Parts: sequence; C-alpha cells; structure tokens
Amino acid sequence: MVEAVQPVVQARGIVKIFGQHRALDGVDFEVRPGEVHALLGENGAGKSTLIKILTGAYQPDGGEVLLNGAAVRFSDPLDAQGHGIGTVYQEVNLLPNRSVAENLFLGHQPTRFGIVQRKVIEARARDLLATYGLEIDVKAELGSYSVAVQQIVAIARAVELSGKVLVLDEPTASLDRNEVAKMFEVVARLKARGLGIIFITHFLDQVFEIADRVTILRNGKLIGTKALPEVTATDVVRMMLGKDLALDHGGVGVAEAVQGPARVAFKSLGKQGKVAPFSLSLHEGEVVGVAGLLGSGRTEMARLMFGVDSADGGEISVGGRVVSIRNPAQAVAAGFGFCPEDRKLDGIFGELSVRENIIIALQAKLGWFRALNRDEQNEIAGNYAEALDIRAADHEMPVKLLSGGNQQKVILARWLAIDPNFLILDEPTRGIDVGAHAEIVRTINRLREEGMAMMVISSELDEVVAYSNRIVVMRDREMVAELSGADIAPSVIVAAIADNPGGQNVKMEANA
Amino acid sequence: MKRIDWRGALLRPQFAALAAVLLINWLLFPGFFDITLQDGRLFGSVIDVLNRGAPVAILAIGMTAVIATKGVDLSVGAVMAIAGAVAAVLVTGGASAIFAVAAALLVGLLCGLWNGILVTYLEIQPIIATLVLMVAGRGLAQLVTEGSIVTFSDPVLIFIGTGSLFGMPMPIVIAAVLALVATLIVRKTALGLLIEAVGVNRSAARFAGISSGLLLLVVYTFAGFCAATAGLIVAGDIRGADANNAGLWLELDAILAVVIGGTSLLGGRFSIPMSVVGALIIQAMNTGILISGFSPEFNLVVKSGVIILILVLQAPMVSQWLRARTVERKAQ
Repeated sequence: MVEAVQPVVQARGIVKIFGQHRALDGVDFEVRPGEVHALLGENGAGKSTLIKILTGAYQPDGGEVLLNGAAVRFSDPLDAQGHGIGTVYQEVNLLPNRSVAENLFLGHQPTRFGIVQRKVIEARARDLLATYGLEIDVKAELGSYSVAVQQIVAIARAVELSGKVLVLDEPTASLDRNEVAKMFEVVARLKARGLGIIFITHFLDQVFEIADRVTILRNGKLIGTKALPEVTATDVVRMMLGKDLALDHGGVGVAEAVQGPARVAFKSLGKQGKVAPFSLSLHEGEVVGVAGLLGSGRTEMARLMFGVDSADGGEISVGGRVVSIRNPAQAVAAGFGFCPEDRKLDGIFGELSVRENIIIALQAKLGWFRALNRDEQNEIAGNYAEALDIRAADHEMPVKLLSGGNQQKVILARWLAIDPNFLILDEPTRGIDVGAHAEIVRTINRLREEGMAMMVISSELDEVVAYSNRIVVMRDREMVAELSGADIAPSVIVAAIADNPGGQNVKMEANA
Repeated sequence: MKRIDWRGALLRPQFAALAAVLLINWLLFPGFFDITLQDGRLFGSVIDVLNRGAPVAILAIGMTAVIATKGVDLSVGAVMAIAGAVAAVLVTGGASAIFAVAAALLVGLLCGLWNGILVTYLEIQPIIATLVLMVAGRGLAQLVTEGSIVTFSDPVLIFIGTGSLFGMPMPIVIAAVLALVATLIVRKTALGLLIEAVGVNRSAARFAGISSGLLLLVVYTFAGFCAATAGLIVAGDIRGADANNAGLWLELDAILAVVIGGTSLLGGRFSIPMSVVGALIIQAMNTGILISGFSPEFNLVVKSGVIILILVLQAPMVSQWLRARTVERKAQ
C-alpha cells in the first residue's frame, strides 16, 4: 500500500455514548483515495454507528472527523454529502415509481426558466450510467429493474452528488452472484477514479475479493486495521469474534438418510405458475436441505407447505393422517413452524417485546380464550431465550432493538415453543453476523439430533451440505433432484442446479 | 409477576393534561368540583363532564381496538344515528323497549360486521371502507325515521339516557361497565396481544398462525356495538332520534380520544382505559369552555390548542428530550 497518501476522510479517537452504553470507544478509521476499505464486525460492534458519524447522521461525543486533513463537523447527512461523502444502503432508498433518469437527478434537475429539461436529464442519465457499464432505458421506472441495477443507480446518484467517499452499507446482501460481480465492476471503476470506498458486508469472501484494507471493530473498540494480503480469513474471523470460533460443520455428509415411516409427507403439492407439483417426505431427526437459485421455486415450495399460498392440488399428511392446510393457522395447528426469509416483513413484531414475540405462535395455537398468563409467558420466553442464547438486556424490550441474529433466534424460539412436528427454515442465516450464524447452524444440528424434522432452504452450499441428510434441488419452479449420501457435496449440487438451465444464464446465488 | 407501576401510570401526560384542564376549570368556575345529591342522583360539573363524555368514551372503547389493528372506523357517528332511529321507530310503533334496545344493538353489530367484511375480505382500506357507512349510514337512519325527528316517551329508553343507578347517571354507569368489561376481556384473554400483533405486522401475524380475518371482524363488529350503545344513550337523552345530528362528527372525537390516550394510528399497543381518559379530557375542555362564560366560538380553537399540546408532549422527540433531562438531573 501507498503509505504517504493523505486519507480523504479520517476519524480520530471517536467516542459515541448512548445512555450508559459506549457504542464507540476511541475508534480510529481512515479511507484513502482509490482504496476499498472494508469495515467488519459482528452486529453491535459499532460499524453502523461509525458510519453514521462519518456521514453526519450522528455527532460524536469525543474525537474528531477530518476531511482531507482538516477537522469538520457535519450537521446532517446532506451536509456530509455536500462535503463529498455519499452513502448507499442495502435497501435502495430511491423512488421506484419514478424513472431512472429522474431518480438520478432528483433535487438537482437541470432547469431552464424553472422548467425541468427532461431531454437533458435523460441524455445525461444515459451518459452517466454508460460510465458504469450500464445501458438501460433511463425513461423506464426504476422499480422495473432488478435490485442490482437499482443499487448501481443509487451508487451513481451518490457519486454524482458527493464524489469523494462512497459508503456501501451491505450493498450485496440481496444480490445474486452475477449481480455481485456486476456491482464489483462498478466499485473497481470508482476506485480507479480515485474515490475512497467504505464497504460494509457480512460476506468475508467478498471482502477478500475486493477490499484493499480491512478494519475490524468489536464491542465499540477498534481491533485493528490490516492490509488484506497480510491476513487470512481465519485471522479476520478471529479478530471479529475475539476467539477461535470454528464454524463447526461436523464434516460433510454427517447424517445418513433416515429410514422408516415419514413424520410429514407432501404428495403432488403444487400451484400453477408458482411451483410444479412435488412430493417430499420427512422423517424424525432428518434435515432436508433445499438448494436452488433465486426464483427457482424454493420459497414458493415452503409457502405451499405452510399454507401461506394455497395449493391447487396434492395432499399433506402428518404422522400418516391426511390434514388440510389452506392457511398458516391450519399449518400451525398441524404442528408446523416456518421461519420466513424476510424477517422484518413476515417474521418479527417490531414493537412487541421479545417475550411476546416468542410466545405469539403458541398463543395463536392455543386460541383466544386460553391465554398464557404472565408467569407462563416469562417462563417460556426465559427458557427458549436461554436455550438459544438470545442476547437481550431485557425480555420486555421491543424486539426491533435486537440485532438481526438475535431476531432470527427469537423467531426460532417462537416455533420451538409450539413443540413442532416439522420446521421450515428459509434462509435462516442470511444477513446475520458470523457468531449468530454459527449458533443457528449448531441449533439446527442439535434439533436434528433431538428428533426434529426440518426443511432448510439456504443459498450457502457449505452450510446445507453440513447439516442435511438429504438435499432437494429446485430449478425453474420444479423439484429436479433429490440427493443423499455421497451425493451431498457442493459440486454435485451445483451440477444439479446447472443442468439444462433452459438457455438462461446460470446465476449462482450461493456464496460457495 | 410484574406489578403494575401505578406511580408511573399516573405520571403519564394524559393524567397531567386531565388534571390541568380540571384545575383551569376550577379556577374559572370555583364551583366546578361541587357535587350535590338531588332526588337520588348526583349533580355537579364534574358529574356533567363524565355524563356528557360517556358517548364519546364508549365510541372510543370500540375505536381503540379498531385503531390497534391499524384500522379506523369513520362510521361510528352514523351508526349511532341508525341505532337511535331503529330504537325510536320501534318503540313508537308499539314494540317493547327491550326489543327495541336489542334490535338497535343488533343493527349496530351488523353495521360493524359490514365494515369488518369490507376490510377483511374485500381488503378495502379501513378509512375508505368505513367512509361508505359514514355517508350511507346517515341516509339509512333518515330512511328509518322517514326524514323526521322521531320522539318517544318510553321510560326505559329515556332511562338509558337520563336515568341513574345508585346516584350515578346511567351513561356513566354504562360507559364504566363497558370499559371495564372490554378491558378485562382483551387483557384476560389473548385477544389484546393478538390484536396488537395484527396491528404491528399483519403479515407476520399470518405467518405466526393468527387468524387475523376473524379477529378483524370481531373488532369492527365490537366497534359497531359500542356505537349503537352510544346511539341509544344520545337518543334517550333527547327523547328522540335525530337522524341528521345524532352522533354527528363524534367519530372524530372518538379517534382523537384514542390518539390522546396514546394508541398510535399505526396500530399496535393500545389501552382502553387511557382512551377513556382521552375522551374525558375532550369533554372536560368542552364543559370548561361552556361554564367559564367564554363564547362557544372559542371552543374549537382552545380545544385544538390543548390537543396540540398533548400531542407534542407525546411526540418521540419531546419525550426523548425530557428523558435525557431527567437522566442528566439524576447524574448531577
């Protein structure tokens, strides 16, 4: 690395205190021009607090922010943007129902006599996006494009408005691998143009792919800043966790396919336009992994099983008895549990307490008039919070204040509380920090050993391979393969996914 | 078991606001807190506040549950008119008072059910779905009364509006019983939690196995029942059914009472007793302005001023600032 280069933005000894809690404690951080600097840490390490200070959303309680060597104080993100620091978040916060061009120039449209010059905007938008290697119809609504394109538009807008430092806050979390590659091309171009780029992500492999340096925070303290070729992924994980945490995979193909009568069986379940009829049975103590690309029908399959969408035909039986599942309430009555992919939208009740979030499914199952009293609720919430190591200061605090990993554990606890026959986990480890990730994987293994029947949908092949007894592969809304034994290996799964992809590009979503 | 924090509860801004309004009333009108017993019934300005506030308090009880589910019911004023009209027309037509009251309540339930069906099964936004009955309901009430004010002299109906039990005016008794029963039902069963869950995140509620459809039907139906009850009180009070004016704009007072009581229009956490307190604040202001000799034109202006003050006190920014100040003071 070039040592003498002056950092474009620099934080010195930053302290930020929330109430009693020191969210940041004397943190130093800097970004040089033409550098991609990854900021890593478990949830709660202080990454977002640091970013919010650098972008003016928070004011530091101690320390200073320097821009090109001069101390600055940003009053708000707009002020920071004016000084050259722009931010792009995981969720694109642009206007999906306006055109791409309008989104790019909203708030600073070129006008003549007060009238917006649409043609000029569109021409400039086309030129601008061309520099990002993106040739799209700028007149079309932003919302009609994929998240990846929207992200790039958001980046283009941020760079246009600021131009010195770009903060990318988990920009790749909802992208598939092709899209991530596209995004990285854009980042490389910006880097070549001399922008300082701060990159926040949960994906270590992406860090090693693109970052020049990495800074690791833990519990609000700076653990270290390293140039990347000098450290390995293991080093980084160790720095993040402060311990040697082996992501205990327990070896490939741990579990044999389980024989005997099925606990739950789905026969010819299907829905027109969503997923072709499929059959699957699950045994006690068995985990069936589901692999497939985004849009392959993985989630649709789970939704049919749980009655979120009602199937056109087919049969569901539990313990040999046919049951009718037309809605989730019936699925819960049959002893099913479902941790949905989108935690925020379909999982947590943000305003409600941790306790209430844990007992809610059990209470829904018991009905209106068999209310769990407060003691029972505390007991249940306490037990599962302890069993799953849910880290909350207080079970009465709103669940929205917990980290993503802890929220995921709360939803898992909610289903364990109904003592389910069958548990569906859709991307249970997506978007959560490394520590919680390992714990969820351990929990899946433990539940299997205790005899739970589970179906786990995951893009992380290493992970699916580690805990599954069988793996079904979805492709083009159809179940195309069922793998067991020695076939449970990433290479076999990839082959199954890739086989005859109908002339489409194979988008490998997994981060394997 | 967690104990209820009474001191904390009484320090809420709503109680401070109620106390302040009552205090101002007392300053403007020294006889405000005087209560006398005449002919076995209590009289006095405070009793009057409770009595006049009862219809809105009753509406607010039902409205609280609706708002907690992230909905709103604009039709309750019109349903009051319908219920009053039905009862009045039936008793003047020779039906028994019990039958008339039962019929009015049943009509209220049906109106609520109608709203619930529009919201739940046709998935119409609550504000639009209930706007239908808000507009049409008054027309229905006029059809029932054939456009005239139907007066009656049935003692039972009049008793509901003006009678008293153990010295307490009936509207107060009815409102208190309804508030108590509704609070017990939502808190002793799982309904309260499930309503809050549906209000906070309807999609997550569905995934958690909550039958939110049935829950919404029940909640809107209950709001209709509350509206019919309030309608009977208002009709009994004036000894007649006025389809044009009975309950006019009271849906807005009820919504306001709920909001002052601290239930968010975004759904979720709710408190029926606090909504009743909200209704009392509104009525205490109305009464205060009336008895203090200000011209009634001031009423709306003063009312909006007080409301703005209460809402500002509840705003997250202000409460954070207040909390920060208390923390600082403790630290010193």
